[in-house]
Amino acid sequence: MIELLQNLIDGLGRGSIYALLALGVAVIFGVMHLLNFAHGELITVGGYAAYAASNQGWSWYVITPLIIVCAVGASLLIERIAFSRVRGASDFTLLLTSFGVHFVVSAIFLLYVSASVKTFSRPRWVTNTYSVGSLNIEVFDTVVIVVTVITLLATTWLLQRTMFGLALRGAAADFDTARLMGVKSDSVIRGAFALSGLLAGIAGVFWLMRSGSTTPSAGIDPMLSGVLAALIGGLGSLRGAVLGGFVLGLAEVLLRSRLPDGIAPLTDGVVFVLIALLFIFRPQGLITVAHAERV
Amino acid sequence: MLEVAGLTTKYGAISALRDATLTVGSGEVIGLIGPNGAGKTTLLNSVAGLLDPAAGSISFDGVDVTGSSPEKLLRAGLALVPEHRRIFTDMTVEENLKIGGITRSAADRASDLDEMAELFPVLRDKWTTAAGFLSGGEAQQLAIARALMSRPKLLMMDEPSLGLAPILVDVVFNLIATLREQGRTLLVVEQNATRMLAASDRAYVLRSGEIVATGTGTELSGRDDLFDTFVGGAGA
Repeated sequence: MIELLQNLIDGLGRGSIYALLALGVAVIFGVMHLLNFAHGELITVGGYAAYAASNQGWSWYVITPLIIVCAVGASLLIERIAFSRVRGASDFTLLLTSFGVHFVVSAIFLLYVSASVKTFSRPRWVTNTYSVGSLNIEVFDTVVIVVTVITLLATTWLLQRTMFGLALRGAAADFDTARLMGVKSDSVIRGAFALSGLLAGIAGVFWLMRSGSTTPSAGIDPMLSGVLAALIGGLGSLRGAVLGGFVLGLAEVLLRSRLPDGIAPLTDGVVFVLIALLFIFRPQGLITVAHAERV
Repeated sequence: MLEVAGLTTKYGAISALRDATLTVGSGEVIGLIGPNGAGKTTLLNSVAGLLDPAAGSISFDGVDVTGSSPEKLLRAGLALVPEHRRIFTDMTVEENLKIGGITRSAADRASDLDEMAELFPVLRDKWTTAAGFLSGGEAQQLAIARALMSRPKLLMMDEPSLGLAPILVDVVFNLIATLREQGRTLLVVEQNATRMLAASDRAYVLRSGEIVATGTGTELSGRDDLFDTFVGGAGA
């Protein structure tokens, strides 16, 4: 029982980061049908910013907003340079473009910084734990979960209560009709990239605090987690993306601790097999996005 | 108010609309009738900016707006209730109306919401219901109310009676009559030609992508050569 609780908390901590990443992926998919394989690059950019700032001796109080600003900036810049040119193109063209962006960003860091791992200092409290009864809880997991809950509530408020949120949801449901209502395609798409960058930035802060390092290809792991979680939840559903993030996080932690020792190192593989099984039985993901209309 | 001249719109190599010329004057209710596949929707979508015309010009309020985006045209005062209504099914009735008034100030939007609640009692009763749960007739009224939220100078409607039970078709035509009495300018695509002719000041008849006749309801209903237009769906 205690072990299960422990796993749940660990899984929620991990799942929180995935949920933020998946939500960013889902927001972009919603407005432009782009499955963004370059989403992880926002964290790579944040990672190098953290490395540079850490070298200057800056504290994490400065590095944290810096990572977020860099992620938002990179997201908007990538939209302007790459994705704005393929708006309305086929899903396949969009997919290839996002792969292209992923390789170009990695190559830039490879060529102009270094191929080797760059490390930076992590905040000291990241490895601290505290006890509740016989539970051993990481301060880090607690912070991640609390910040994620606040971020998700704020995002919900933004989407439900503001005109920008309404425009974004309208554009995601039916882009042409939203334009007929006067929703500006430029504003709503840039807004979506800014929001996606913000969510990636927050996730990136946690990702980088934990890893304490970055490489040119550091974006692959967070990208895979975010895209997979969004797929598990059901692409196009924002709620599904968040759910998918938590499901993926919990699945990873539970499997790692429950699988027999011989198989435990293959956790990622087992997770992929489970995801494949999910798609065989529910190709649309956990939450179905319905746009059916009654007559 | 609206002047369309020599408009041609293509899907790939196929011209869905050829050399269409029509005018809509301020305060007029204009019908656009013709069989399935005649190019009626193509014409409205081209005027609304959803489709890029291959040739011809569109001017609105004396300004050339050929090739403008839908969001720009809406701001100029041109709104379209699209075919199949295309309401946002996951949003509430209120949210659908709000997004319709996205170009207006918060205060104007609030007062217009009250006005719509009055004009459409059916919607008022379902204010916080997800629009996907509305009946076809309610959804059509929502689609029209949503378009009115932008206070358009010209309201275009694409097949507002499509797929509705006869009693709801009456509701739609009553609504068109009400809007006509209010002095609004309407351009309405309808397959129900006989009723549309009775509800409009003038009408254009489209067939196989071309405008083949124009005139008042009485003029057009008397013409035997347009018989297929009135039975609907017979093709050219």
